[in-house]
Amino acid sequence: MPESVLKVLVNGEQREIEPGTRLRTLVSELELKPDRIAIELNRRILRKADWDSTELAEGDAVEVVSFVGGGAGLV
Amino acid sequence: MADSLVIAGRDFHSRLILGTGKYESYDLMKKALEASGTEMVTVAVRRVPLADRSKESFLDHIDLKKYHLLPNTAGCYSADEAIRTAMLAREVLDTKWVKLEVIGDERTLFPDNEGLLEATRALVKEGFIVLPYFNDDLIVARRLIDAGAAAVMPLAAPIGSGLGIQNFTNLRILREYVQDVPIIVDAGVGTASDAALALEVGVDGVLMNTGVAGAKNPVKMAEAMRLGVRAGRLAYLAGRIERKLYASASSPQTGMIE
Repeated sequence: MPESVLKVLVNGEQREIEPGTRLRTLVSELELKPDRIAIELNRRILRKADWDSTELAEGDAVEVVSFVGGGAGLV
Repeated sequence: MADSLVIAGRDFHSRLILGTGKYESYDLMKKALEASGTEMVTVAVRRVPLADRSKESFLDHIDLKKYHLLPNTAGCYSADEAIRTAMLAREVLDTKWVKLEVIGDERTLFPDNEGLLEATRALVKEGFIVLPYFNDDLIVARRLIDAGAAAVMPLAAPIGSGLGIQNFTNLRILREYVQDVPIIVDAGVGTASDAALALEVGVDGVLMNTGVAGAKNPVKMAEAMRLGVRAGRLAYLAGRIERKLYASASSPQTGMIE
């Protein structure tokens, strides 16, 4: 059996991950600070408590957001 | 001395709320925030840049013990987008506060009041403390308050325009009718006198970004805005004299030498 990889979209960019990768693992692989971000998986917000138990699947779309400087309008 | 701005039961000693965009550096932003005396700053929600990590550290430059964070939905053009953004903001730092923007037009950045009302209702139902940016219109203000808005934030002029208050009459009417929640002028303030005039009319606070960040010296302008807001507030509380067409002497008219 050839070793398979999963293709997922993170912030609009395609990434290859190993099957069985959980969201928490992705967060640490991307060196993200958990207390400074929020994550959507396929447009549904995933609470931080659920990152450990959530396994990513082929074609998943992950959005990772944080706060940036801004006042109003599109900066 | 207790003349604080109270929004959703929370006390703020400063009536100035600042945006955190458009500063040349984080250091300059920090100094401007400090000089302004503000206790609440608004921040935008954006994708974490996975390739360029330099922007990710934004929150490290805001003293969260000192400044209350007011996430905004800037750049959202529909109620759905704004609701989604507010929900994400709540998840980042466990805050229920949101400066709600639903923009209706790219060039003017005028609010889409229909989308705004829809998003306000939905977010209040979700337990959010909603501060909506809207046109300076009494009827819209009433509907937002009915929908549960914690404050109403009329624009003084288009966002980032620096034109100052364009419609004093509307602001005065809002001041007269809106008593249940604070009125915060949001957008259009260009210099300290604009801020002072807004507070003299009697609004409860002012929110600005470009007026400070875009000044040649943002730190000096931040201090000017702090003083402008304070001066305007004191003048409002003091109660100004009536305007008259003719002179009225301020020296005694008796005892003149002959």
